[in-house]
Amino acid sequence: MIPLIQKETVEKKHWISEEEIVDIIAIAESTPGPIAVNAATYIGYRVAGVLGSIFATLGLALPSFTIIFVISLFYEQFMQISAVKAIFKGLSIGVIVLIANAFFKLKKSIKLNISTAILFIVLTSYLVANYFLEITIPFFTLILILFGFIFGIVTEVLLKGKKK
Amino acid sequence: MIYLTLFYTFFLIGLFTFGGGYAMIPMISEQVTSHGWMELSELQNFIAVSEMTPGPFAINIATFVGSQTGGIFGAVCATLGVILPSIIIIIIVAMILNKFLANKFVKGALFGVRPIVLSLILSTAIVFLFKAVIPYNGGKISTFNIEAFTLFIMLVSLAFIYKCKRKKAMNPIVLLLISGLFGLIIF
Repeated sequence: MIPLIQKETVEKKHWISEEEIVDIIAIAESTPGPIAVNAATYIGYRVAGVLGSIFATLGLALPSFTIIFVISLFYEQFMQISAVKAIFKGLSIGVIVLIANAFFKLKKSIKLNISTAILFIVLTSYLVANYFLEITIPFFTLILILFGFIFGIVTEVLLKGKKK
Repeated sequence: MIYLTLFYTFFLIGLFTFGGGYAMIPMISEQVTSHGWMELSELQNFIAVSEMTPGPFAINIATFVGSQTGGIFGAVCATLGVILPSIIIIIIVAMILNKFLANKFVKGALFGVRPIVLSLILSTAIVFLFKAVIPYNGGKISTFNIEAFTLFIMLVSLAFIYKCKRKKAMNPIVLLLISGLFGLIIF
């Protein structure tokens, strides 16, 4: 979707310059939330302020929303058909491959040092083991993300600052 | 109230997703199962549909989960919930542009969250695979699903060979079409 946004806003509409779109993509990728939504919000804001950002984002969401809502209306009936069930069993395995693929793609753009590599290995082992342990902690994912923030600030800013 | 719960659940998911749509899956699966909204297998169906339909994955999955849980109003709440944090954060960032990403605390925080996100995505893939191949309930492994395991190995090999030959990853929709076709043959 990003190349499409680039083509439409830079080349066709000339809302954003070539240099600025690079910054916008970088910010869209490093701020929380879906990347396409972030990019749309940012471009909307640059072109027409707060209202522009709201309209750009709603515009982006509306086609998806409509298509998926219509699909969801027929989903239950559709799933009654045994051939469809078999197809979805196959799809659910395909989804696992896609998630693994997303991991490898992300892994390529991320460089881990020794402390973050250890954190990664320990956490992954625990999360996989937890499939059998079945320990549920409410909002565990959220707690982990917050822990990541603190971990990063402590190891990258506070400890490195002291050494100098 | 289901609408409010959907809204704030997806608001939190939007607020704490780093690294694009797929990074959202661990948190969505945690939330939908803890609320008892659906089984993981059903969520996997939703993921497949969201990937195959046009538009941002995050919006598709939010709409789907919202619609199945609370009808049209549920879909609206979930979708608005997932986009609202983006709007708020991006507007703030756009107002103080350039300084934001250069800030050392922001840099540090983003550095620390990376291994967590990587770990969450990888473990989700592994746990989903375990669920499909060795269903575990009531403290023991019930069966070994040889068909699911075979299909997984076939798809991984196929994706790997494609990547080696063409030097780029296989289109996700093509991969899903192939897996659906195999599903029809095997199951």
